Amino acid sequence: MTQLALVIDLNVCVGCHACVTSCKEWNTSGVAGFLSDDRPYDRDPTGTFFNRVQTFEVGEYPDAQTVHFPKSCLHCEDPPCVPVCPTGASYKRAEDGIVLVDYDKCIGCKYCAWACPYGVREVDEHQKVMKKCTLCVDRIYDPALPEAERKPACVMACPTSARLYGDIHDPESVVSKAIREQGGYALMPEWGTQPANHYLPRRRTEMRIHKDELERADNPLKIDGLLPKPALKEPALDDVTSW
Amino acid sequence: MNPAFSVIFLTTLIGVGQGLFLALYAAELGSAFELVPPQDSRSFFALGAALALGFLAAGLAASFFHLGRPERAWRAAARWRTSWLSREVIVLPAFMAAVLCYGAAHYLGLPATLMTGAVASVLCLALFVCTGMIYACIKFLQEWATPLTVVNYLLLGCASGFAFATPMAAATGNGLVVPLAAGAVMLSLAAWATRAAALARNRRIKPKSTVQTAIGIKHPRIAQKAQGFMCGSFNTREFFHGRGGQAMSLVKWGFIVLAFPAPVALIAAGTALASVPLLSAAFITQYLGLIAERWYFFAQANHPQNLYYQAIS
Repeated sequence: MTQLALVIDLNVCVGCHACVTSCKEWNTSGVAGFLSDDRPYDRDPTGTFFNRVQTFEVGEYPDAQTVHFPKSCLHCEDPPCVPVCPTGASYKRAEDGIVLVDYDKCIGCKYCAWACPYGVREVDEHQKVMKKCTLCVDRIYDPALPEAERKPACVMACPTSARLYGDIHDPESVVSKAIREQGGYALMPEWGTQPANHYLPRRRTEMRIHKDELERADNPLKIDGLLPKPALKEPALDDVTSW
Repeated sequence: MNPAFSVIFLTTLIGVGQGLFLALYAAELGSAFELVPPQDSRSFFALGAALALGFLAAGLAASFFHLGRPERAWRAAARWRTSWLSREVIVLPAFMAAVLCYGAAHYLGLPATLMTGAVASVLCLALFVCTGMIYACIKFLQEWATPLTVVNYLLLGCASGFAFATPMAAATGNGLVVPLAAGAVMLSLAAWATRAAALARNRRIKPKSTVQTAIGIKHPRIAQKAQGFMCGSFNTREFFHGRGGQAMSLVKWGFIVLAFPAPVALIAAGTALASVPLLSAAFITQYLGLIAERWYFFAQANHPQNLYYQAIS
């Protein structure tokens, strides 16, 4: 069985919102219709988005870190939003595990949004149906696109490669390896929703410099590594001698 | 949660309709066992069933205002295997049809009204369970995820229905005023007890989700600095009611007074004085109290998604 998912590396995300705008651009232009905005250039703008980047401050100044936190549908393996839907408009695809909304069946009762602890479903105020991340289901299987581009728009847009995409049920996939080897975790595990999307934690980043990175291996004139010799008259630290 | 008046009117109005039907059927059962004087089929049972049907239809009409796409509402019957909302969508019209049959049987003088009423009563109780479970089954809305939610829907609906049946019996001048008033008082007191139990339970709730589990960072001090947008979104409009603690407390004490002791006192006075206006005032008071109760029920529920929307910037 396949479970497509995103793995988001919080250690790498710089909070640039490129995934948000790319997601909005792709999904407002698709066959499923636009993602409506109201008063986009006016006071109190609002609109429907599948993806948001939030920012949290962890710790207290000066021992604080800024964590940028992209949030979209987690495509839970046991999605609480699906069984509550009275029409069957909200469903989880058996073949790849994507949780989708059939916009032609949705009656806009908002019950699925109540039943999602993550707040990733948003009603489109103009189409009056519930909308959510589709994992760019209209991109990832499109044979007209080059194979390398058959990825969600947010993954394509991320300038720091903070967003990984793949099948978390395939132990050899890039996402499974990232979860396994870099401490990937799920959000709100207390509700047993088993989110497919995972997050990679912030890590301590240490700079490791080896000698051969400072000196060229061939070092033709043997001058790499030599310290500059100051002139006789130049001041030195102890002001006595520099030779 | 931000209370939606469509749902408030749906749940309170069908509660009155269900309770009124149960009051009628209790009266008929009582007269069958010769505990209360028998009543006229047309002027009491058929009229009462018509009024119950009116409340149920008004509730059903209110529910359509909650839907973004009301023209597709028929689709909501599809997922009865998994969704309590879908079950309610099936049981509510079924119960309305049973009440219609019950009223028609009384109006036309057909036999087997007791059997029809029994079927309708089962559907009535099933409807209370469906309505309550819609809220009680969402486990992370911890204020709702308790059997008390279902019990409260049942008792509050029954109490308001009996409170409506009492002035109706008084106005049609039959001998059921005292037993119906006794029923209304007992149900109101029982509902008072269970609603107070739910309030006490909810006061001690410890949220299972915290901002730490929400973003998966185990640090005691986490403060949101941006929620991804400067103005509102569906997430801020649907899940926040935006009222302060003072308003909440006003609504809470308002419904505690209006829904329970006030109607009980009015029913007692109205029964003692045989006054239809006082008994009617009791129902109206309780219904206003129930609107406040339902508003508070929704407003009190604290959705875990709110953890992601604590600060704009």
